[in-house]
Amino acid sequence: MWAMHGGNARLPPSRRASKPRGVSKRFFRGSPRHVVQAVIFYILAAVVTLSAAMVISARNPVHSVLWLILAFFNAAGLFLVIGAEFLAMVLVIVYVGAVAVLFLFVVMMLDIDFSSLRAGFLNYLPLSMLLGGILAVELILVAGAWSFGDLALEARTAPVAAKAGLSNTQALGTLLYTDYVFIFQAAGLILLTAMIGAIVLTHRTREGVKRQSVERQTARTPEAAVALERPTIGQGVDTDAGVR
Amino acid sequence: MIGIGHYLVLTAVLLTLGVLGIAFNRRNIIVILMSVELILLAVNINFVAFSVFLGDMVGQVFAMFVLTVAAAEAAIGLAILVTYFRNRGTIAVDDVRQMRG
Repeated sequence: MWAMHGGNARLPPSRRASKPRGVSKRFFRGSPRHVVQAVIFYILAAVVTLSAAMVISARNPVHSVLWLILAFFNAAGLFLVIGAEFLAMVLVIVYVGAVAVLFLFVVMMLDIDFSSLRAGFLNYLPLSMLLGGILAVELILVAGAWSFGDLALEARTAPVAAKAGLSNTQALGTLLYTDYVFIFQAAGLILLTAMIGAIVLTHRTREGVKRQSVERQTARTPEAAVALERPTIGQGVDTDAGVR
Repeated sequence: MIGIGHYLVLTAVLLTLGVLGIAFNRRNIIVILMSVELILLAVNINFVAFSVFLGDMVGQVFAMFVLTVAAAEAAIGLAILVTYFRNRGTIAVDDVRQMRG
C-alpha cells in the first residue's frame, strides 16, 4: 500500500542502478543494514512526533522551545537516514542554532504571564481535536492511496538526478549555483529584507539619551561657545542663562 | 530502504500536530510561531523524501528555500512580537484589534 506502483521503472538510470529492486513495502530484506536503517527511522520518527506533541502541549514555553530543538535534531537525523546530508547539517545550523535560540531569547527576554495565556486551552480542545483528526485522516488516506502516476512522471521535465560520483553536498551545489542561481539570490534578498525588517521593527529611539554629535561639535565657534562676563563683586555669574 | 509511505505518514502526523498547536494555543503567539515551524519542517521532510525517492535533486533545492523563508518568517514574527509586547505589555493575540481600520 505504501509502495511506489510502477513508478520506479521511470526513474533515471542512475537511480535504477543504485536501487535495482525498487522500493517495496517490505522495507527490510533480511540484510542487517536494512533492519538497522528501519529501526533508526522508527526511533527518529517516534521522537519527532513525540516532541512535536510536547511542543504544542507543554505548559512552559521554554520547555516548548527545548522540545522543538529535539524535534529539529531528530528531523536532521531523518534527513541523514534518507541521504540528504547537507540539508541535515543546514537544519541543525539554521533551525537549532539560529531560529530556536531566537525563540529562546524572546521567551526569556519578555516577562510574560504564561498561565493567563493558557486560560482557554480546554475550550478549544474538542473542536481542535475534531479538526486535527479530520486533517490527519485525510492526509494519511491521501498518502496511502497515492502512487507515482505514470502520466505525471511523463509530463514533467526530465528529473535532475544527482550526478554519479558526487556527494550530496556537491550535487546540491552544482544545481544551486547553476540552474537555480537567481532563486538563490532571491533567497538572499529575502533574508536581507527580513534582517532589515527585524531591525526596523525592534529599533526604538529613546528620549533624553546624551550622545556625542560630531557635527554640532565642529560647527561650534568661540563666539557662540564663549562668553566674557564682568560680574560685579558678590553677584556671581548666572550660569543657568547659558551662553548667549 | 524504507518506503516513501512511511515518510508521508510521518509528515502528515507532524503537519497535523502543527495545525493542532495553532488551534490549541490561540492566545499564545510564541507557540503559534513554533507550530508554524513544525508545519514547515513537515513540508521540508516531504520535499526531501520525494526528492530522494524520485531521484530528483530539485526537491532538496526547494527544501533549502523553504528553510530560508522559515528563518526569515521566524525573525520577522518575533520582531513583531517584541514590538507588540512593548506596546501592549502582553502577547495575548485573541484580542488583536489594533489593525482593524
